[in-house]
Amino acid sequence: MIAPAGKGFSGMAERIVIIGAGQAAAQAVATLRAEGFAGALTIVGDESFPPYQRPPLSKAYLQGTFERERLFLKPDAFYTEAHCELILGIAATAIDREKRTVALADGRAIPYDKLLLATGARVRKIPVAGADLPGIFYLRGIADVDAMRAHFVPGAKLAVVGGGYIGLEVAAVARKAGLDVTVFEALDRVMARAVSPRLSEFYEKVHRDAGVVFHMNTGVEAFEGAGKLQAVRAGGKSYPADIALVGIGVLPNVEIAGAAGLACDDGIKVDRHCATSDPAIFAAGDCTRHHGRDGNLIRLECVQNAIDQAKHAALAMVGKPVPYGEVPWFWSDQYDLKLQIAGLARPGDRLVLRGDPATRKFAVFHLRDGVVAAVEAVNAAPEYIVGRKLIAEGQRVAPERLADQAIPMKNIA
Amino acid sequence: MPKIKYVEHNGKEHEADVPVGWSVMEGAVKNLIPGIDADCGGACACATCHVYVAAEWLAKMPPKTDMEETMLDFAQDLEPNSRLSCQLKVTPEFEGLTVKMPKSQH
Repeated sequence: MIAPAGKGFSGMAERIVIIGAGQAAAQAVATLRAEGFAGALTIVGDESFPPYQRPPLSKAYLQGTFERERLFLKPDAFYTEAHCELILGIAATAIDREKRTVALADGRAIPYDKLLLATGARVRKIPVAGADLPGIFYLRGIADVDAMRAHFVPGAKLAVVGGGYIGLEVAAVARKAGLDVTVFEALDRVMARAVSPRLSEFYEKVHRDAGVVFHMNTGVEAFEGAGKLQAVRAGGKSYPADIALVGIGVLPNVEIAGAAGLACDDGIKVDRHCATSDPAIFAAGDCTRHHGRDGNLIRLECVQNAIDQAKHAALAMVGKPVPYGEVPWFWSDQYDLKLQIAGLARPGDRLVLRGDPATRKFAVFHLRDGVVAAVEAVNAAPEYIVGRKLIAEGQRVAPERLADQAIPMKNIA
Repeated sequence: MPKIKYVEHNGKEHEADVPVGWSVMEGAVKNLIPGIDADCGGACACATCHVYVAAEWLAKMPPKTDMEETMLDFAQDLEPNSRLSCQLKVTPEFEGLTVKMPKSQH
């Protein structure tokens, strides 16, 4: 997997610089070396940590059942053996495409022959009065969770602003830890951007049964408090709160690319080989806008896309291009429920339910022109795994068969 | 810390001390043992951490969940002693465990 040491790592060889130190960066290093890239490799990240897994942050890490050390994607020895220099805790501030250099916040400029932008996304801040009061948290990095966890004491009042993946995962952990949890959601259903209405309805009920209070169709108007958060103002009323978690989505980190004149459109635009509008610069992960399998331009926020785009970018960088076309997949852990999604749903899909939500084990298939386009599976591994395969193969399956639990998923197609 | 032996498809052996509570997959990844990629980080979603558990150890492993069973159904080079190493949570009884990696992860 890793190129032999002492060979070909001289300053004369090609230099690849990776901006961003997340999932895509770690994968790109692994793939570049596995594919025989023998030049110099540098990762520049503005956080002080080497690449780590973000998904456990809102789940086991927040709960305290998963130590920090386990978050790191690779041991330090991986970067040493891969001769990959890590520049951490220092932001890249600008790209000079003519000189082919990256300027760093400490004044250095580092040269590149090829550049990979794996800049990820940052949380969307809530633009209301009192939003900078102590006690208001966002969740994106290790530091965010470390700061918030100390406040997770039984009886504390937690206001969750935004009923998406992050908000609901935190709500589940908080209920387990004995906090009082109130969710404020601006839309009429939870996880509206990520799942179909039946799933929203199911998850809202699960959380209500666990004691979470919901205020739907209710945007937060202000945070109130003297010196620290004391209440959340929403729908014209004040709700007491000791802490708040704001989870209202992310924004792709495109500024450094945009300032360098690269094509951006709510994401750094890339082709099927993850090349940007400059052939020496590639991009991978949450920061990209790319063509989905159906040709539509999309931006994805998930581990799958970070890993797969990083692989395809690395292959293109070493001159072995393979077009990207993997099926996206996502997961969320809440209480005893594992939600797994493959494919991308679209309005107008025909929805087929398999199983009974009351049993907490079911799946919703999305058919588009008779072909399986997406599956949402709750505690339903066979439906997820087989569904993902059917999507990849563009399989046509009769809705009656998908709905019939007497037919095992293995034999469904 | 239980010592676990990982054997690559080509027979090359590696030993690692793996903390109790970690998975057999994490023990390999954190010690740079080749043959276990674990793309999904242990979410039981990718089947790239497939291992064969030595016969005498099979009965001491935790039972397979539906999820693992299904993932394995679709894994390459499936054998009766196949497991996903991300699902094997290390206990003190794992001292001396041997696992082998399949050809497809070579």
